Amino acid sequence: MLTDRVLTGILRSGALLSALIMLLILCFLLLESWPALTGLPVAGFLTDPSWHPLESAYNLMPMLSATLLASIGAITLAVPLGIASALFIVFFAPSHLASLYKRLIELLAGIPSVVFGFWGLTVLVPLISEWQPPGASLLAAVLVLTLMILPMIAITAYTALAAVPDELLQNAAALGLSRWGTIAGVVLPAARAGITAGIILAAARALGETMAVLMVAGNVVQHPESLFDPVRTLAANIALEMAYAMGDHRSVLFVSGLLLMLLVMALSAMAGLLEKHRHV
Amino acid sequence: MVKIIIFSLTNRFGVVAAVIAFCGLVWAVPAVANAGSQRLVLTGSSTVAPLINEIARRFEAKFPDVRIDVQTGGSSRGINDVRKRIADIGMVSRALKPDESDLLAFTIALDGISLIVHADNPVTGLNRRQVAGIFTGDLSHWRAVGGPDARITVVNKAEGRSTLELFLDYLQLKNSAIKPHVIIGDNAQGIKTVTGNRNAIGYVSIGAAEYEVQRGAPLRLLALDGVEASVENVREGIFSLSRPLNLVTAGEPQGLTREFILFAQSPQVHDLIEAQYFVPVDAN
Amino acid sequence: MFESAALRTRRKIRDCVAQGLIYLAVMLVSLVFFWLLVDLARGGMTHLSWAFLTESPRDAGRAGGIASILVSTLLILLVALVAAIPLAWSTAILLAELVPAESSFGRSVRFSLHVLAGVPSIVFGLFGNAFFSIYLGLGFSILSGGLTLACMLLPILTSTAEAGLRAVPDSYRLSAAALGLSRTAALTHLILPAAAPALAAGLLIGIGRALAETAALLFTSGYVDRMPGSLLDSGRALALHIFDLSMNVPGGDESAYASALMLVILLLCINILAMKLAYGLQRKKIMT
Repeated sequence: MLTDRVLTGILRSGALLSALIMLLILCFLLLESWPALTGLPVAGFLTDPSWHPLESAYNLMPMLSATLLASIGAITLAVPLGIASALFIVFFAPSHLASLYKRLIELLAGIPSVVFGFWGLTVLVPLISEWQPPGASLLAAVLVLTLMILPMIAITAYTALAAVPDELLQNAAALGLSRWGTIAGVVLPAARAGITAGIILAAARALGETMAVLMVAGNVVQHPESLFDPVRTLAANIALEMAYAMGDHRSVLFVSGLLLMLLVMALSAMAGLLEKHRHV
Repeated sequence: MVKIIIFSLTNRFGVVAAVIAFCGLVWAVPAVANAGSQRLVLTGSSTVAPLINEIARRFEAKFPDVRIDVQTGGSSRGINDVRKRIADIGMVSRALKPDESDLLAFTIALDGISLIVHADNPVTGLNRRQVAGIFTGDLSHWRAVGGPDARITVVNKAEGRSTLELFLDYLQLKNSAIKPHVIIGDNAQGIKTVTGNRNAIGYVSIGAAEYEVQRGAPLRLLALDGVEASVENVREGIFSLSRPLNLVTAGEPQGLTREFILFAQSPQVHDLIEAQYFVPVDAN
Repeated sequence: MFESAALRTRRKIRDCVAQGLIYLAVMLVSLVFFWLLVDLARGGMTHLSWAFLTESPRDAGRAGGIASILVSTLLILLVALVAAIPLAWSTAILLAELVPAESSFGRSVRFSLHVLAGVPSIVFGLFGNAFFSIYLGLGFSILSGGLTLACMLLPILTSTAEAGLRAVPDSYRLSAAALGLSRTAALTHLILPAAAPALAAGLLIGIGRALAETAALLFTSGYVDRMPGSLLDSGRALALHIFDLSMNVPGGDESAYASALMLVILLLCINILAMKLAYGLQRKKIMT
């Protein structure tokens, strides 16, 4: 039928356009980072003394290490809390409390990062500063990131736990397993793929998070030696310097954007693979 | 990606439609963008921006069909945007450098850069060697300069800010020699950081600092080498860390751009300049 | 089942410990979040008023309200939705209804959207600045900000819509085919109405994401806090306003708290609306 052909054509061009946007983003990132990738020695991103764009020193490593440390710290804190929250909702809480707590988590998932950052800036940073100045530090970044990704981990873990078939639970009960025995031995293994996928997505979010980290991390470019050292992450660096950057400097910022994107893409590819395994 | 394109080549209609739609998007949009003409875009120095905002408001009141957009982002961005023609006028809080001779600068006011500390900090002045010592990390304790019993939190500016360049120039240091604890962007952020931390030291535009002090911010401007950081001393030319505030254009300004620059240099706005604690200059 | 008593008590202890730890974690999480919410409410309440919503900011946001900010936010959102919805939903319809799931076209599009979903928002900001603001010459404007957000919303809108369409039972399609309806007719009269709650819910999720966004707008829609006169004016989004007040304005914390509270309330309303809407649509479908 003609209308069907027209419709398919229109839809197909829409889909093509959506797919092209990804290509367009990659193209423009590459285009803008090209001068730095070809004009500057690539080894400089690893070996320059530090990050001083006006002195043509473009070492990205301190910011990469800060990015990774902040994300790893946040994941370490958020995973146990998130999974515990999910277990609480599915297995431990009385039903009204469970739905109340689930609401709370969903509400938190919707709080924008800038609000977390603002709260971190006005509450957490002064608190840490009392203890170990200057307060704006890796620790503050880790804590704020933890709050941001916790709801995400809790929700994905909840979905994975709720999807565990009832028969498994009944079988475990029939075998006389204790509650924790059932959870540790049957439920968590069954939900593992889903939970891991959620954690990976949360890690991607933590790596790419900009504003909240920018507001609380102090933004000094350095390999942190302790939790109380101020740090600057790759994403925060882009936000902080982009408006002021020109020439090679701007181009290197696009390189760091590209790097960030590749990191996140690798993570989501991992999550995709896990997803596939789960369904097979 | 290639797969998508090859696959859809077999569907000619889809490709044609997509290409038309895409080109339409790419080309129609700038056409719309050029429709509004009575608009001035200024970008650049966050020091100059608050002043220009006030001047722009007065200018708009005089010419109601004109709209002036002011974006902050530092002096280098002002220069960059003017070169790329994204902005009509750049705001630059320093003199132009030799490699910027393709641009024209119009000075509208003078400003200084002052070191600032929290108002609770008893230190009232520093000399150049002490400042260099503090910012390079050699002096890490307030007691070393007669202050309280606390570690110094050094607040530095992010790269690209002309305030940073001028400050480094004064100390004869490279930015890599500075050992900061916090890095900030705009003047206001520096003031906010220092007002929030009793042991911090930072440096910002005198205009911005005096404006905030007037509004009750717990802040002290430090004397430098025995010279009070004040608008008067900038006017007298005896404060060593001072600079011109410029409007910058690519090529001789025309039409609205010219009108605005003349207006910003005229005595009609001297009250605005003084209200922001800058020093007006007489256009000749 | 032969269990020694010792083993049994050990298990019981383990059960208790696990339960205790989980309760502890949940309490910690709730406590921290209540702390945050109470802080937000307490800090914002005093400053939040009708005048705050209807006045434009004065004195860099320390005084006045957020009227112009709300208008800019709304315009950015509208641009984003107008640009993203047709693309996202046509992609979703194509993927769910017309192209076999395993076809190379479908797989490539889906892969591309999957990657897009993971891109950090600051990278969208970089792209938006390079492409919309500079290459297309839109400058810092609501239009470039909205279009950048549209790219960001595309994967969310597509995946929620595709899931919604796939959830429509096949019997709808089969009966439509049996009645000799064209695919277009089946889509517009049967499948889309049936999937409408899912589409609406996805849309609201997208709106929530867009409202919360800061990093992607920093270099695209700009900082100007005045009432926008057209889509080509720069406009400051609410989230960006909070950022600016808390970072760049000494004494701006009160207004920042009020704006943050406003944003959270707005997002809360959208969530509630999403559920209400989905529920209402479902009921209507059953009635008719």
